[in-house]
Amino acid sequence: MTSHFPILQVVLPLLAAPVMVLARRAGITWLIAVAMSAAVLGMAGWLFVQTGAGETISYAIGSWPPPWGIEYRIDAANAYVMLLVAAIGLLVALYSRASIAAEIPADQHYLFYTMFALCLTGLLGMAATGDAFNLFVFLEIASLSTYVLIALGRDRRALVAAYQYLITGTIGASFIVIGVGLAYLETGTLNLADMATRLPDVSDQRSVRAALAFLTVGVSLKLALFPLHLWLPNAYTYAPSAVAAFLAATATKVAVYVLMRLYYSVFGAKLVFEELAVGRVLIALSLAAMVIASAVAIFQRDVKRMFAYSSIAQVGYITLGIGIASETGLIAGIVHLFNHALTKGAIFMLLGCIALRAGGVGFDRIAGIGRVMPLTSFGIVIGGLSLIGVPGTAGFVSKWYLVVAALEQGALWLAVLVVASSLLAIVYVWRFVEAAYFNAPSAHIAALKEAPAGMLALSWVMIAACIYFGLDTRLTLGGATDAAGALMRGWP
Amino acid sequence: MTVIAAQFTYWVTIFIAIAGLYIVIARGNLIKKLVGLSIFQTSVYLLYIAPGKLIGGTAPIYSVDFAIYSNPLPHVLILTAIVVGVATLALGLALVVRIREAYGTIEEDEILAQEAPPDAVATPRP
Repeated sequence: MTSHFPILQVVLPLLAAPVMVLARRAGITWLIAVAMSAAVLGMAGWLFVQTGAGETISYAIGSWPPPWGIEYRIDAANAYVMLLVAAIGLLVALYSRASIAAEIPADQHYLFYTMFALCLTGLLGMAATGDAFNLFVFLEIASLSTYVLIALGRDRRALVAAYQYLITGTIGASFIVIGVGLAYLETGTLNLADMATRLPDVSDQRSVRAALAFLTVGVSLKLALFPLHLWLPNAYTYAPSAVAAFLAATATKVAVYVLMRLYYSVFGAKLVFEELAVGRVLIALSLAAMVIASAVAIFQRDVKRMFAYSSIAQVGYITLGIGIASETGLIAGIVHLFNHALTKGAIFMLLGCIALRAGGVGFDRIAGIGRVMPLTSFGIVIGGLSLIGVPGTAGFVSKWYLVVAALEQGALWLAVLVVASSLLAIVYVWRFVEAAYFNAPSAHIAALKEAPAGMLALSWVMIAACIYFGLDTRLTLGGATDAAGALMRGWP
Repeated sequence: MTVIAAQFTYWVTIFIAIAGLYIVIARGNLIKKLVGLSIFQTSVYLLYIAPGKLIGGTAPIYSVDFAIYSNPLPHVLILTAIVVGVATLALGLALVVRIREAYGTIEEDEILAQEAPPDAVATPRP
């Protein structure tokens, strides 16, 4: 039984989706979603424990031995990402019931859970698979369900946001297929581990380098690397709150993992970072994201949109860690992937609480909200502190490692820029504090009640995790160190 | 000339890809954008399929009469990619229908004009 966990955790949500369509009743589909997510989290946790000792689990689908059959290859790196996705998945599944009740018509609830299950399938599949084409298929499963989830937003602009994301997302996915195709033509294999052994022989071929370029651009579109981030602000802003929380915490993070895997395990750090200047390009784009996206965030009129721009900046910190191309840099990137997922997931869940009560999260609508929804507002402030990187929060751990990684390379200016861009985060978090605490609530706001206990409790679980993992880093940092080690060792 | 002839399928692939991308970028009509997207995806199909075919090669069913076989794997992969492409197109068109219901137009500039103040108060869907 346990030997089938690598495939079961992907197949279970996939099978749950049609069952949900048949069940139709919102309450029953919710129970299925929660049970399925809990089972997936159990399996992901088991895989995480198993791979912690540096072991690699290879699962041959249909018993067709790799490299002929499709192989799922789990090591410390993707087990870490899958644990994150599954944990967030369970929390969002629990949270979504009360949240979507106000945002999605009741007769569409079962479709929401169906799409959620398919999105989970796609994200876990992307992380688990060791096959290049399988990666594309799961990417499209995740993407197509994401477009539908975004379009479920009650604002009509959600439709346009979903459409724009569909266009850019499909271009990105097609770039990934082109990259996979070129690498396949050059090596004759689709198994990523097998490809990794054959690529060094042909790494001076122009088509291999073109493959790397296409894959980089395609995956960067999915992870919203500056300047390929234009789909993200609208998608997060107009999506239902539960969807925004889920996507912000998982979708871009899995894409980041794919980028790390392609660079370190498949193409190899030597080709990517030593022979080609990918690292320097990544650093330049990451710095642009950190500074420009943070600056743009300050001028937004909608809190959700502000934190969406902040997500682009935070993805910049993660890719900066990859771009530095040292083990410490990679650890910093992976740890920030986890910490930012927790922080931003928590913030978007709490914003969902405000949207539920106040009917929106524009700055004009939340004036004085801190007095009527104290727990919700205080949670967002703690999340904001984690975004800034205040000691005692999860964000501090990853920024600390990022600064250390920069100093290791002798790049003092890089360390200074990381800290300086965090100052911009202070400004936009302060804007929320000012609006929520220093403005007198209007009559409409003053009549509001605190958010439902269930939603608040789940959001606070995430906020508590932000603080906990800022103080006890054994799981996050230990897992990230194992993951970085697994990535640095490569696959074959 | 021989360079072009030897890599003929690649030149066609590149032309189709760029033509498709150009339509996506240059056209403001949401349906035409999807047409461009489909053309772009078609170029990917050609990129995979063309190298799988050997001149004189047959279907990969073992027989003493044939010595050269075409590689079937690219065809299988592209069959999957076509299915994904159809699903994407269907979803895209469904979104366009909903956008038409909500905005009364499928021209990008007219939709943007209706949303002129970008962060205005949320407009509930009809």
